[in-house]
Amino acid sequence: MAACCRLTRFLVVPGATLGGPRLPGLRWLSGSMGTEQAVYDVVVAGGGMVGTAMACALGHNIHFRDKKILLLEAGPNKVATKLPETYSNRVSSITPGSATLLSSFGAWDHICNMRYKPFRRMQVWDACSEALIIFDKDDLDDMGYIVENDVIMSALTKQLDAIPDQVEVVYRSKVISYTWPGPFCNTENSPWVQITLADGRQFQTKLLIGADGQNSGVRSAAGIQNVCWPYDQSAVVATLHLSEPTENNVAWQRFLPSGPIALLPLSDTLSSLVWSTSHEHAKELVSMEEENFLDAINSAFWSDANHTDFIDSAGSMLQYAVTFLQPTKSSARQLPPSVAKVGPKSRALFPLGLGHAVEYVRPRVALIGDAAHRVHPLAGQGVNMGFGDISSLIHHLSRAAFDGKDLGSMCHLTKYETERQRHNVFLIAATDLLKRLYSTTFSPLVLLRTWGLQATNAVLPLKEQIMAFASK
Amino acid sequence: MWGLRAVRARAWGLAGRRGAGRGTDWPWATGLEGKQINRTLLITPWLFNDKGIMCLKSNNITIAYSDNMKSYRYIGMRLHNTSTTVDPNEMKTFQALAYKWWDEQGAYAPLHSMNDLRVPFIRDNLLKMITNHHLESPLSGMKILDVGCGGGLLSEPLGRLGALVTGIDPLNENIKTAQQHKSFDPILDKRIQYKACSLEDIVEETAETFDAVVASEVVEHVNDLETFIQCCCQVLKPGGSLFLTTINKTHLSYALGIIFAEQIAGIVPKGTHTWEKFVSPEELESLLESNGLLVQTITGMLYNPFSGYWRWTEHTSLNYAAHAIKSSAKVETEEHHTKSPGIDGQEASQK
Repeated sequence: MAACCRLTRFLVVPGATLGGPRLPGLRWLSGSMGTEQAVYDVVVAGGGMVGTAMACALGHNIHFRDKKILLLEAGPNKVATKLPETYSNRVSSITPGSATLLSSFGAWDHICNMRYKPFRRMQVWDACSEALIIFDKDDLDDMGYIVENDVIMSALTKQLDAIPDQVEVVYRSKVISYTWPGPFCNTENSPWVQITLADGRQFQTKLLIGADGQNSGVRSAAGIQNVCWPYDQSAVVATLHLSEPTENNVAWQRFLPSGPIALLPLSDTLSSLVWSTSHEHAKELVSMEEENFLDAINSAFWSDANHTDFIDSAGSMLQYAVTFLQPTKSSARQLPPSVAKVGPKSRALFPLGLGHAVEYVRPRVALIGDAAHRVHPLAGQGVNMGFGDISSLIHHLSRAAFDGKDLGSMCHLTKYETERQRHNVFLIAATDLLKRLYSTTFSPLVLLRTWGLQATNAVLPLKEQIMAFASK
Repeated sequence: MWGLRAVRARAWGLAGRRGAGRGTDWPWATGLEGKQINRTLLITPWLFNDKGIMCLKSNNITIAYSDNMKSYRYIGMRLHNTSTTVDPNEMKTFQALAYKWWDEQGAYAPLHSMNDLRVPFIRDNLLKMITNHHLESPLSGMKILDVGCGGGLLSEPLGRLGALVTGIDPLNENIKTAQQHKSFDPILDKRIQYKACSLEDIVEETAETFDAVVASEVVEHVNDLETFIQCCCQVLKPGGSLFLTTINKTHLSYALGIIFAEQIAGIVPKGTHTWEKFVSPEELESLLESNGLLVQTITGMLYNPFSGYWRWTEHTSLNYAAHAIKSSAKVETEEHHTKSPGIDGQEASQK
């Protein structure tokens, strides 16, 4: 148990002393406060991708160099081992904006030294018509990167381990209660948030950042309302081997009536599958024979079974009109690669849902990442919204620190909330709308979305706007 | 102009009630001796409102005023506080007080949000003086005196920036609040000291001690501004900075403060001298210069009561901030003042 408790700044508490509820080491930690608990400037609850990145960003920020920062993680410390040969089935699409954040504290370099795959093009098309939209960059910039979550985590952990003096980490910590101060302090009681762990340890903090995922304990303890509903879909993930090596720098997504299926490049020969479909179908897909699974994927990308003559002719009419008006410009339709093999034991499924916290902040509390919002993976925005939260929060916090402000004060926390809710609510709503719009085979709606997609594809400035927004 | 009304009229309104509550003369008018310095934060009358009422209840105020009236009009409070038994009423008032000081959305919201301007103003002007600084605690090692610190609203941010702050306020209650508030933060607890005293009480012991003296929203309550400035200058190290924020003496502040608050609204007793204590930037500048402080900046501040934020403005007709530097040696200062045009001219021509 001694290994799990890494009080890096001060000392490693010997295992023998961990038995009692009051740790000798802790009194020492508290410094001038005597018998009271340590007061931290920032405590980040949750050491997932977003929480660890938040701790790294704070720890590497110059204005936080003399601040006390603590990261609480429920899991064990995953000691950095060599990168496994096989790719993990859990991957994230990282936007250039997120990559900028990660490179601001050096984690992106580690990712580049491990494994990542940039993509330059994205092709999205409808299973019920010929309509498609192609996003590509004329210049050589990358549109985004597909990175395994494990790789991101290991890069973040490396950067966190590089600053043991800045950020303390407590692994295997289980928070049993958060005690909030009054709306403003009366002079009798502590104005800080108090955190009690299951092993009896207590911490105080001026600002608690909740990065503890979609079932956030911080959010529910703070009594922040969460608007959420489950989707009638689960996502099936798998690592797929392509039939032949290609350049493989395109992210493919096709909207089937049962849900979107996406093929994301991992390497020249490997791609990652994210297939959102009904719960029953998802279970079937995970348990079926490998050959049937591959057939199902290939036919999901290639089949024209959902096409109708009416929609096809209506779609090609608009396409004619577009080519007539813009004879020069045409992004050629490409064909997705066919899949030959599925990585052993790489199939998994997880349920999908939507969630959004009504408030992101309270006095001395801020929510980031999945604790604040949960989206359908169809836009590949989940973790990027979390990283966007970090960029915004770190901006406001470092300014507050340089102005000598109380970090838990609402005056800058509300600025973070406003900035992020404006971005996130729009994205969540757009994602939800797309999911609903493409879940139907009802002809008028299919026609509408076909024309809509074709028109969007034809209007370049609009497409650029969408790309710019989505790559933040 | 809204800034004035929001900040000032509110304060006066309460100050007026204070006077009415006590049922005595306006306390400003009592016991004012020539050389004595009489000041408080802009909001102090407010606090005193509670105090005044409370004192009336405990019949303590008369003793206070007939007693040694050396410096402060609310010396009664101090005597009251030092009484041996703790009055539960007093404890309640004290809590209400703290609650008010540190409620960011409450009565002192304008002072809280003024930190957005005055903290960077102090920080950036001090940073100009030193060559190498750390961004994590830019004011590290600097000794700052916060005169009229109130509940510590400005002392704490300066302490967080690394400065060693001494906050003084004549009102014991304010110091208690400030003391208790900082005690929860182990870092601030070490960096900040509070003392219930007046500036002239510590002038002797702290001569040439501070890198900076801050008197924010104080000078408009000071009786003898010249002595006050002299004291500020004495406690400054040579080359140290004096920061002041206050309110101008203009027709606008007269219109909003005196005409509206006294004559029309009747919330302040007629004949209050308050407006006359306001200081115009020109007057302040000449006072500073004649006392060996070289004025660096004078800039206007405007409060928007709708947004609740302050912003910098060119116009100094309402609130304004000033930064002055104590010249390096007293003798040189005099020389500078008498002969400066010649010296400057020579230097300029040589260059």
